[in-house]
Amino acid sequence: MTRSIARSTGITLTNLEGVPGKEIIEHYGLVQGSTIRAKHVGKDILAGFKNIVGGELKAYTELLQESRQEAVNRMVQQAEQLGANAVVNIRFATSSVAPGAAELFAYGTAVKVQ
Amino acid sequence: MDLLVILILLGVGYFIGNRRERQHYADIKRREKQTLHVPIMSWGAKQDLPYAHESQMFVGSVVVANDYFKTFSAGLRNLVGGRVTVYETLIDRGRREAMLRLKESAIEWGASQVLNVRFETSNIAGQSQGGMGAVEVMAYGTGIR
Repeated sequence: MTRSIARSTGITLTNLEGVPGKEIIEHYGLVQGSTIRAKHVGKDILAGFKNIVGGELKAYTELLQESRQEAVNRMVQQAEQLGANAVVNIRFATSSVAPGAAELFAYGTAVKVQ
Repeated sequence: MDLLVILILLGVGYFIGNRRERQHYADIKRREKQTLHVPIMSWGAKQDLPYAHESQMFVGSVVVANDYFKTFSAGLRNLVGGRVTVYETLIDRGRREAMLRLKESAIEWGASQVLNVRFETSNIAGQSQGGMGAVEVMAYGTGIR
């Protein structure tokens, strides 16, 4: 289980307003990526059992991590298309759009740094 | 019969849930001590950025659920209002766990500091009763080295 949100792309991701130690030379504007995921029925039943004893719901944690990675990947793709080499000021948002489905959204500013 | 099932669920929730919570807290405290050497900052925006060779964003997230007993007692608490301690510990566990996961992955990468850490909490409406079935807590920040 990888926790790093940056998958061996050449793009630097930060949630700061710039990249430390580097200067921004060009702005490309907002890039975003989102995905909507519904859960697996089997996992939901297991989670129901887990709700009796409490604690971490690993299946959900992994599901959301995967989906968030997908959202970030889409954002990075957009940034690559623009010719950026970094995305700064990244923010995340999560909302449950329907019972059992969640939207994961990532957005940031694509820039070129030295 | 129904009452018996509820009582059994309450008992299981109370004893196992409490034990798991204690174990989790012990684990959290141990890991917090281990990762103490890397400072976590909640600033980083609107300030001069510290010098660094490399920076990378890290995310830690966890989905935590309440046990049956706590859900039940929170339901009772809902009648009279006031402080719902059982949910406080749940969210606290989630936050600290998410923070630790963020920190651990940053340390693995070799970070000397983590800047601009932000938290986000969202309700995963998993259970049919609605409300606080499970909560996702995520923490994200930028590690520098």
